[in-house]
Amino acid sequence: MLSREEKEEIEAAAAAFPVRQSVAIDALRIVQRYRGWVPDEAIDDLGELLEMSTAELDGVASFYNLIFRRPVGRHVILACDSVSCWLLGSDGLMEYISGRLGIASGQTTADGRFTLLPSVCLGACDRAPVMMIDDDLHTNLDAEKVDRILERYE
Amino acid sequence: METPLTANIRSGHEPSDIDAYRKNGGYRAVLKALRSMSPAEVAQAVRDAGLKGRGGAGFDAGLKWSFVPMGSDAPRPKYLAVNADEMEPGTFKDRLLMEGDPHQLIEGAILSAYAIEADVAYIFLRREYRLAARRLRQAVAGVYHSGLLGRNIIGSGYSLDIHLHVSGGRYMCGEETGMLNAIEGKRANPRSKPPYPQTSGLWGKPTVVNNVETICNVPHIVNNGAPWFRELSHTDEGGTKIYGASGRVRSPGAWELPMGTTLNELIEEHAGGMQDGYKLRGLLPGGASTDFLTPAHLDVKMDFGSVEAAGSRLGTGTIVVLDDRSCPVGMVLNLERFFARESCGWCAPCWGGLQFAVELLTDIEAGQGRMEDIDLLESLAKMLGPGHTYCALAPGAAEPLASALKFFREDFERHVHEKQCPWNRA
Repeated sequence: MLSREEKEEIEAAAAAFPVRQSVAIDALRIVQRYRGWVPDEAIDDLGELLEMSTAELDGVASFYNLIFRRPVGRHVILACDSVSCWLLGSDGLMEYISGRLGIASGQTTADGRFTLLPSVCLGACDRAPVMMIDDDLHTNLDAEKVDRILERYE
Repeated sequence: METPLTANIRSGHEPSDIDAYRKNGGYRAVLKALRSMSPAEVAQAVRDAGLKGRGGAGFDAGLKWSFVPMGSDAPRPKYLAVNADEMEPGTFKDRLLMEGDPHQLIEGAILSAYAIEADVAYIFLRREYRLAARRLRQAVAGVYHSGLLGRNIIGSGYSLDIHLHVSGGRYMCGEETGMLNAIEGKRANPRSKPPYPQTSGLWGKPTVVNNVETICNVPHIVNNGAPWFRELSHTDEGGTKIYGASGRVRSPGAWELPMGTTLNELIEEHAGGMQDGYKLRGLLPGGASTDFLTPAHLDVKMDFGSVEAAGSRLGTGTIVVLDDRSCPVGMVLNLERFFARESCGWCAPCWGGLQFAVELLTDIEAGQGRMEDIDLLESLAKMLGPGHTYCALAPGAAEPLASALKFFREDFERHVHEKQCPWNRA
């Protein structure tokens, strides 16, 4: 069941479009903001609300990198693996974060604290290597800096 | 030297709010246009300026607008989509413009929308640009409050709404027709063209998609005129350009400079040259989907025509520098992995060809490649090239691949002969 808040926010977002179904991506993100991810039953409920088939809406949800169709940790790390960061050693850094958290790329720590995801270029190439944790951009990274940053996220 | 696009931007400071922006002459171009210029006159000013699209393709912006049906018979509503989905690897120029001076973009969007008589504008922003989102949202609210957006703006009879749309995240969203599908709430697959967006775009209505930097130029052209704009440049392509450099240079960053500034000046003066212990091996002049150039090309002027004549593309104008201590094969593998992952899967040469290219490059980089694999990569690069797919993702992926095979062929061959990566980064 969609909550009242979810429904209200979706209706408000839909006002920006002449066609109701066009709010689909906003709607998925609104659900994700409340629940951390988008479970199957929410796809069904949203499909009903927006008069879209489950298959169609799931096709949209699964297309976008930042709509999560599996549970994620309390904090999501987007580690840039594109070219400018690669030139500054992001491969090694990704391995370091992976080892530090004891998870492979794409996994969530057992305590549910972090999910580690590779990311396309984050558009901060002059400060490479970079990563985002939740809404925060972290730049000019090295192993020591990563250690200090990770501690700030409970 | 004039730097109109970045004049209001002070690094580390909050951007101008609407009052400060107006005090510096902001929204003067909107007042001028709505009070004393027809949409056609605004479009003509941009056409005369020769403003080329700053998103990467370099298509004449005024010409693009001219394909939109105008007048009372035109289908309505019409739309403007501001491409703020900056996801081209190595590119960080629009971030600077949006975080640094959000009102400049909104003013440009109002003028661009007016020029095509658009009723609604969407700013399509990538999800990761959180600071830009906050600042743009605040700025849009301020503009509505001041009466420069909404119904019947300053009594001109012209009405416009601007919506900020935050992306679900996918490189394909930056492709012109992929973006239209994304705004419509669908998968961001490209559309078959024709029809072009200018006649049949969002929900089948006339739509123009312009890049952030392109739009930011419009207020200055309206205020100062086409001759002034052309004077800003070193070459016959008008204006300034936000250039940038990343990789092992001393001072990576972004700078507004005259269009046509040379690669050498960008790398040596503005980026401070290479870091100690690193030599310049090659570069991508404008993002991941441009052909490699080499130190032999440093005299090339960075405008669309000159870079094309040198065998590459200006693209986004943000240079990615390959140094001598990084493996060219490894760099190309990184690039092709990116393209393979972001391919939407719509066209077979793109998703199949890129996967295959990644497999071959992975083998070569690991020292398990054969000489025939290099030839295979060469024919793959041709298959990925223009004419085989609906959009430019695969042709973009082919550019660094084909040019790396040309300029760094001996490095590919060394991997095969030595059965390992000579750089062995691990």
